[in-house]
Amino acid sequence: MSGNIRDKVAVVGVGACKFGENWTSSREDMIVDAAYEAYEDAGIENPQEQIEAVFCGAVYPREGTAEIAEALKIFGKPISIVSDYCQTGTDAFRFGALAVASGMYDTVLVVGFDKPKDRGVSGPSVNFDRVRGLPSTPAGWFSLCAARYFETYGAGREDLAKIAVKNHHNGTLAPKSMLKREITVDDVLKARLISWPFGLYDCAAQSDGAAACILTKADGAKSFRDDPVLVKAVTIAVSEHPQRDPDFDFLGWKPTQYAAKDAYRQAGISDPFKELDVIQLHDCFTLTEMLTYEDLGLIDKGSAKEHIASGTFELDGELPINTDGGLKTFGHPTGATGVRMVYENTLQLQGRAEGRQVKNATMALSHNIGGPPTTCGIAILGMP
Amino acid sequence: MSGIRAYGAYIPATRLPLSLIQGRPAKEGGPEKAVAYDDEDSVTMAVAAAIDCLTGIDRSEVDGVMFASTTYPLKEKQGAAVIAKALDLRRDVLTTDFSGSLRCGTSAIEAGANAVAAGTAKNVLVVASDCRMGAPRGALEAKLGDAAAAVLLSADDVIAKLDGSHAISDELQDMWRVEGETFTHAWEDRFIVQEGYTPNMIAAVKGLLEKTGRAASDYAKAAMVAPDARSMGGVVKKVGLEGAQVQDPLFGRLGHCGAAFAPLLLVAALEDARGGDRVLAAGSGDGAHALSFEVTDAIGSLPPRRGVKGHLDRRRPLPSYDTYLKARNLDPKEWAAGADLGLSATIRFRERDTDIGLVGARCTSCGQIHLPRTRVCYKCHAKDQWEPARLSDKQGKVLSYTFDFFFPTAQPPTIMIMTEVEGARVQVQLANAKPDEVKLDMPVEYVFRKIHNAGGKANYFWKASPLPAGA
Repeated sequence: MSGNIRDKVAVVGVGACKFGENWTSSREDMIVDAAYEAYEDAGIENPQEQIEAVFCGAVYPREGTAEIAEALKIFGKPISIVSDYCQTGTDAFRFGALAVASGMYDTVLVVGFDKPKDRGVSGPSVNFDRVRGLPSTPAGWFSLCAARYFETYGAGREDLAKIAVKNHHNGTLAPKSMLKREITVDDVLKARLISWPFGLYDCAAQSDGAAACILTKADGAKSFRDDPVLVKAVTIAVSEHPQRDPDFDFLGWKPTQYAAKDAYRQAGISDPFKELDVIQLHDCFTLTEMLTYEDLGLIDKGSAKEHIASGTFELDGELPINTDGGLKTFGHPTGATGVRMVYENTLQLQGRAEGRQVKNATMALSHNIGGPPTTCGIAILGMP
Repeated sequence: MSGIRAYGAYIPATRLPLSLIQGRPAKEGGPEKAVAYDDEDSVTMAVAAAIDCLTGIDRSEVDGVMFASTTYPLKEKQGAAVIAKALDLRRDVLTTDFSGSLRCGTSAIEAGANAVAAGTAKNVLVVASDCRMGAPRGALEAKLGDAAAAVLLSADDVIAKLDGSHAISDELQDMWRVEGETFTHAWEDRFIVQEGYTPNMIAAVKGLLEKTGRAASDYAKAAMVAPDARSMGGVVKKVGLEGAQVQDPLFGRLGHCGAAFAPLLLVAALEDARGGDRVLAAGSGDGAHALSFEVTDAIGSLPPRRGVKGHLDRRRPLPSYDTYLKARNLDPKEWAAGADLGLSATIRFRERDTDIGLVGARCTSCGQIHLPRTRVCYKCHAKDQWEPARLSDKQGKVLSYTFDFFFPTAQPPTIMIMTEVEGARVQVQLANAKPDEVKLDMPVEYVFRKIHNAGGKANYFWKASPLPAGA
């Protein structure tokens, strides 16, 4: 791979609806809330004229692209939907960025959304449409690395619990998060088990949400706002299936390792721990966050435990991670999550993150990993 | 001439201490019954008994499967065909189901032996299996049990020659279950014993002795079914047997396991038999049926197997009666089954070798095995260079695990493990274990189980199980 998107595309507007159990708002409500906030952020007053194409991410779209067109009343324009597990939002962002970089469009809208809370069940659905691989829940898939990692590196549930405590704290500082409650390590350890080693607080909540951003050509970005954020890298990678790959070692996830390598190449990053200032990573489960520290190459394999203990990734630590509370406190409306991370990173880079602001942030990474897991999306944003 | 070439048995490890039925705590050593757990039924037990029976035998030699059961879950659709697929037998195997009577286990053995004697088959696998349901806290619940037994009938290399049989047919409504009913019913105890079981059993055994010209004392063991110890006592005296000749009917340990009962007691008798012994086996139901065997010296060289003894020793008593009700699907559910069509029959058909047979694919280019089968090899990227690789009879080891509290089951959590077997990665549930018994790298074997009842049908796949102690 030799192509590079670095500095060709800018983020000039971001928006998000309030994430949560949005019993009283519809998919349309959430899409409109997120998109119109992004329009306003970018100073777009006539979206029907100024938006040339729309790229959406949703894992459970009901009515295809018509749903977005109807919600936003954007007609006669190209609209596409991406659906690829938990990295759906990042992939929608990638298609939008590539479309602008190609010169096909000047300005596009990216919208990620999902609304699992209309299903009437708490937690994941129980799968009965096959016999292999059951029980089949994301908690079950991601927990399969726990036993081997714990035994190899001496980590345990207490280390995971500290990640949940950190993210719950950060979430109290984010206006649009769902959960705004401090918790303790003891709360985490005493909660009911979902899929060992994950108790209730080790799991991201399920929520409804939508997030949006406006992408435009870098050289025209200042006509929208004077502090545009540049796309430094965006990539996805699909890996071997960890339940079938005969070489899988249960110590880390390959999709992140693959995607990180390409993202750092695009962004010209050689020491990610030093060169990145803030990260939103996919904490669907506490263990996912823990292993992702290592899979992103931020720290040495097996050293996550020490960094958790010393607070490296806390809001006032050396490299703050999940500054808005992550999936833990926003929940995980699948298609929205990757775009929500772009929203948070953009606010951080522009110095607009209020009580959770990371000082002097100029390079920010967002990361999703999904499936059993098999797919990863990474976007790196930076100031010019 | 035909006879038994090999035998096997299966008794579920799950036991219900009978005192729990009355709400009293379980006592170690107290009476109990064997219970098929929520992932077991007459088919999965039959597969387990058949695997035990086929220990050391090339499965491609089997050319007939006869499945005897009164509790096979489907009214229309064969059980023997599922069993043949789970055993990864040849496609041109003759499969037949026997049902209707608690006596169908001995009927199938006789039919199988006759097919071999007639020369139409060389090796016929007879599997008898029943999972019997008495109504909760009813009179029958404590008496009925679940188990399976298998014998391979052949002309050559037999360990026990079938040298006589005698059957009695009778019409008497002693025990029955009509279509759509879950529980077995019985007419009044004394009537069915005095007018049914006792005279029929005596007539069958005496008839056999007359036909063969032998005396009761010629038999080392008599493996006879009975509804209870007292009824058996009446028959034993009348046919001229001594107490020491009677094969222990396992009252208070197993329970009356229907079609499997006589075959299972026969297997138990053969486990202790020596060359030259004579063994009598007799089943009862709509009459009675007695079979006579002469044990050969070949029994000494039968490879070791779990049999009745091995399975009886592996016990996992249920902690409560409530758990028993859940495991038997007898507890009320919050959610209706809904419009659940179940699995796609098309996909099940396409994947039957993988799902029912646990047959993976071995790359003939690099040797890597995959399950499920795939087109392009993970390791060497060769395309479509595969040969079948049966994994069900191989040992695996635990690479990782999790305990899932979400999946509906009688006793959460469900233990989900990643196993490595012959280099392939296979994700399965772990049966016969509690979470604190799971260890990384521990060896496991594969057992055929029911994963769920989607679409109202039993849906089978394999699970892993820790090896029994001493295996």
